[in-house]
Amino acid sequence: MPQIFHRSTNTLSRLSIYGAAFIVILLGYVLYEISASPYLTEVNVARDQPVPFSHKHHVGELGVDCRYCHTSVEDSSFAGLPPTSTCMTCHSQIWTNSPMLEPVRSSYRTDRSIEWIRVNAVPDFVYFNHSIHVSKGVGCTTCHGPIGDMPLTWRANTMQMEWCLGCHREPELQVRPRQSVFDASYKPPANQLEMGRRLVKEYKIQSLTNCTTCHR
Amino acid sequence: MTIPSRKADSIDLAAIEEKLRGAKGKQFWRGLDELAETPRYREFLHNEFGDPDVEKASVSRRDVLKLMAASAAFAGLSGCTKLPTQRIVPYVRQPEEIVPGKPLFYATAMTMGGVARGLLVESNMGRPTKIEGNPDHPASLGATTVFEQAALLTLYDPDRAQAVTNEGRIATWDLFLVALHRARDNHRPGKGSGLRILTETITSPTLGSQIQGLLAEFPQAKWHQFEPVGRDAAREGARMAFGEFVNTVYRFDRADVILSLDSDFLYDGPASVRYARQFADGRDVEMTGGKMNRLYVVESTPSITGSKADHRLPMRSRDVEPFARAVAGKLGMPPGGSTATQVGDAWITALARDLQKHRGRSIVIAGDQQPPIVHALAHAMNSALGNMGETVILTDPIEVNPTDQMQSIGALAADMAAGQVQTLLIFGGNPVYTAPADLQFAKSFLKVPLRIHLSLYDDETSDLCHWNVPAAHFLETWSDARAFDGTITILQPLISPLYNGKSANELLAAFQGEDVPAHDVVKTYWKNRFTAAKQGDEKAFEAFWETSLHDGVVSKTALPGKQVRMSAAAAGGSARLQTGLAPASQDQAEGGLEIVFRPDPTVWDGRFANNGWLQELPKPLTQLTWDNAVMLSPRTAQRLQVTNEDVLSLQYGGRAIRGPVWITPGHADESATVYFGYGRTRAGHVGDEIGYNAYLLWDSRRPWFGSGLQVEKTGEKTRLVTTQFHHSIEHDGKNEDEDSVNAFDRDLVRIATLEEFKRNPGFARDPEEETTRAQSLYPAFPYTGYSWGMSIDLNRCIGCNACSIACQAENNIPVVGKEQVDAGRIMHWIRVDTYFRGGLDNPETVHEPLTCMHCENAPCEVVCPVGATTHSPEGLNEMVYNRCVGTRYCSNNCPYKVRRFNFLLFNDWETPSLKLLRNPNVTVRSRGVMEKCTYCVQRINAVKIETEKQDRAVRDGEILTACQQVCPADAIVFGNINDPKSRVSKLKAQPREYGLLRDLNTRPRTTYLAKLRNPNPEIG
Repeated sequence: MPQIFHRSTNTLSRLSIYGAAFIVILLGYVLYEISASPYLTEVNVARDQPVPFSHKHHVGELGVDCRYCHTSVEDSSFAGLPPTSTCMTCHSQIWTNSPMLEPVRSSYRTDRSIEWIRVNAVPDFVYFNHSIHVSKGVGCTTCHGPIGDMPLTWRANTMQMEWCLGCHREPELQVRPRQSVFDASYKPPANQLEMGRRLVKEYKIQSLTNCTTCHR
Repeated sequence: MTIPSRKADSIDLAAIEEKLRGAKGKQFWRGLDELAETPRYREFLHNEFGDPDVEKASVSRRDVLKLMAASAAFAGLSGCTKLPTQRIVPYVRQPEEIVPGKPLFYATAMTMGGVARGLLVESNMGRPTKIEGNPDHPASLGATTVFEQAALLTLYDPDRAQAVTNEGRIATWDLFLVALHRARDNHRPGKGSGLRILTETITSPTLGSQIQGLLAEFPQAKWHQFEPVGRDAAREGARMAFGEFVNTVYRFDRADVILSLDSDFLYDGPASVRYARQFADGRDVEMTGGKMNRLYVVESTPSITGSKADHRLPMRSRDVEPFARAVAGKLGMPPGGSTATQVGDAWITALARDLQKHRGRSIVIAGDQQPPIVHALAHAMNSALGNMGETVILTDPIEVNPTDQMQSIGALAADMAAGQVQTLLIFGGNPVYTAPADLQFAKSFLKVPLRIHLSLYDDETSDLCHWNVPAAHFLETWSDARAFDGTITILQPLISPLYNGKSANELLAAFQGEDVPAHDVVKTYWKNRFTAAKQGDEKAFEAFWETSLHDGVVSKTALPGKQVRMSAAAAGGSARLQTGLAPASQDQAEGGLEIVFRPDPTVWDGRFANNGWLQELPKPLTQLTWDNAVMLSPRTAQRLQVTNEDVLSLQYGGRAIRGPVWITPGHADESATVYFGYGRTRAGHVGDEIGYNAYLLWDSRRPWFGSGLQVEKTGEKTRLVTTQFHHSIEHDGKNEDEDSVNAFDRDLVRIATLEEFKRNPGFARDPEEETTRAQSLYPAFPYTGYSWGMSIDLNRCIGCNACSIACQAENNIPVVGKEQVDAGRIMHWIRVDTYFRGGLDNPETVHEPLTCMHCENAPCEVVCPVGATTHSPEGLNEMVYNRCVGTRYCSNNCPYKVRRFNFLLFNDWETPSLKLLRNPNVTVRSRGVMEKCTYCVQRINAVKIETEKQDRAVRDGEILTACQQVCPADAIVFGNINDPKSRVSKLKAQPREYGLLRDLNTRPRTTYLAKLRNPNPEIG
């Protein structure tokens, strides 16, 4: 009986077995890349807003403190988004006719809120608390990136669990002196590791990596 | 909802009794099914989630494989989803006090039977999300009952009445006002003749003054009051004893000996929470220095109070009066009427001697469901025992207008039948459903030309009314009310009315032509009262108003104790108190069983029928859910040859209903208890058409019990669902490898008498357990920081189930429905197991709250294939919902059976109003996820974050778990066991401490304190 399969079939079958393993690994790698890609994480994607608010202008150029608008960042889990009245403290005096600000004025007139598009978000099963991070010396820009350079705001980090854990495992790499927490132009010093270790001790920073720290 | 009855689980009572007699040593049992080892019980013992065939019929093997493949694929992909676009909607002008993300607490109160219990209500961004007791309020002391906890769900109930309706069509408030004013003007010439107002019990000073104002304007109008589960007997009894209405306040903190004459004072009544706390404090041997109060209870229906008794005697309700007379006789008072009682003379003598030994430190308390004569006898006995002014304080009545309400509703029904009522304004209540059947209320009601109903629900009464106005929930409006001791709370709203509901204050004000918000009505009243009392100027009033609102009590409004002389009738002891409502001898002639009416322990008089939390909450002792049943004693059931779930036809006073039997150990023989609150037809989606309606047998002349009940077996069966033997952690006693492994070897509940405890304080400890505890192959984990633990004192626990429902409210726990409960899928994270000991006639009862033990060597953690349940460095056994894939291995490996699985999407993700209900700090779980007690980790983290910010350690008592906070008896204590000075450490160091199944080396963080009893040595 003649051979049904040519001898090369052996090679082909070996190849396809190894190839299948390779494809599975490749697929895993592709999925990982997709999940970390800006397409899904929206990192570095500036979002359109009802009012084209520029952190670059307000923070970088005018030097408005973060807490002027994000009032509850030191007290609460939520940093807070300013009510229209906060915008109007200045904009009832300056740029009062700017068409760009019409949604703000209209909100103040009609008592209807401005609906901002959320830029930085974690899933509903993650309970992040701003106040404790700020109080332990985690700066705004550590997570939110160079906010003073953003004309429209984008997400600077993936906010995925792996990224959170990076700092929770080694806080000394990111922590900064408390007085610089709200400094948008802060640059980590050359001796970050040394200073970080000192601050971790001084601020009693714990490396909390157990699940219920964030998931409840 | 109907669940087909299965093949009968026959319960052979004779065999059970035989078995109980044959048993040696301690033997605890949880129910008749366990003793009879019915198939259903065995099924649950071996399979935690009971009935596997609930879905079996609909899912084939092929479908399962398909679903598995699909879910594996989706599980992998779910990590790659893009977060949906969210919007942030800030305020335009932000209120100063609101910090987004931080809750605010407001003091207010809820009324039951018109009487207030003070509350602190948590508000998250304007949504009330959790109700707690107000520690500064005398009736709360920081705790609540199940009803306050569940009131939150009623607020958001989508079935609430949502619009003003006229003859079934949607109308408007303005149209209603036109009709209302026309009616009012029509009544002016007759000075209000034909105008009637029907309310529930009113203690509200503002509402009282409004009604009195209306009656002054319309002197011919009449005000009727009717509260189905009212306190008529207590009021009439006081009048019988003292010749006037008085309010009675008991001081259980001063009482050493307590005799309850069918009174469930630990669960029922406006001061139950306070009384439970005082009673538990009086039994805490560490607190009192080795002393314990002693409780005697005689009752027909097993109750919470009866379950805590040192001596309990079941007797028919009508036998309580002769028993009371017999006791009075032994106390040296001429006994008056019949003292014929089944109770042995020695028992009564010993009781009387005990009472006499504690003159001025004893209490005789009569139940609200006993006739006035028993209350009068109790007053006479308290007086003779020198308790007046010591343990029994009399004050002026707290009601605005104390009345005999049964007479009041009777008079109204008669007048309506006679056509004398032209306009009837009903403020709350549901008289068409709740009025006694003999009054034929609905029939005469229809003769009234204009019927107006202010109601939270579109209920049975609304159905027959011309105009219906949706009522505002108490969390939506302003009002005021008195507590059991007269303390006034001004009720403030947490949220604007969701459905434009109106309060009684607003409706009355509108009737008188002032369409003003309730706030103005209440504040104006208080301003006038403040000015009239010349307490100060405008500014002083504002300060007073703010303080009163902030504190939740108006200071110095508790009514002072007063001296009242016993009336002539009572002065001579019980001899002259001869007029009982139903003389025993007359009743006996009628034959048949005694029927006893009781409010349902969870849905009460029916007002909570549409509340899923209360419907599903297992009823204390029986652990029945979603139903009411006819309670019979085992002996009576045997005589009638009926068993559980047999549907009986009950005939009483010429009327008949049908209801299923539930055999209740400890029930009085020849007596049947029926419960109100069920059989509703217009309660809503949750509460309609379940159970039977006991009001249909209710007789206004014999309000709470009567003789002559005829029962007949119909041959039908229905399905009653009890959780009594769900999650049983007993050994099945059938393991052949180990000899002598028996159910009772697990020693789940430990109990001793005070004498035994004094002889051997460490009776609950087992040295063998202690040694196995230390064994481990691994080095012990060093818990260096906080180390959370819990101690549950069985001696304090009264078994009221408040912890279960508080946990449900705090942790977004879903309701699953009767069918799913039947399959063993109830979701409560903390359950209260009830154990009995002794014979079926009058067993002892022990309540044991059970929740996740947070084992240091947790068996669940090692079997999770995805690491969804892990251990924290502070000793918490953590559950990570977003990791869980639903293998249920953890639950399979949990020896305590405290894990709960979302077999279906039990949480309602759709109904908009229910979204407002949820605690924002706890994940709302989805289908296919395991869940369990977290020690309220959201509360731990919140406090820890605050203390870290302040750079200090967590103080003892700063973190309260939801179950701890709500517990009326203060039985649950949570804290840091690494701190030797913390309360929980001290409790765990007590000799009574023991852990459940410690021999399994799980090292549970939750431990128990054994129960003590204090029997009278003379009775033994």
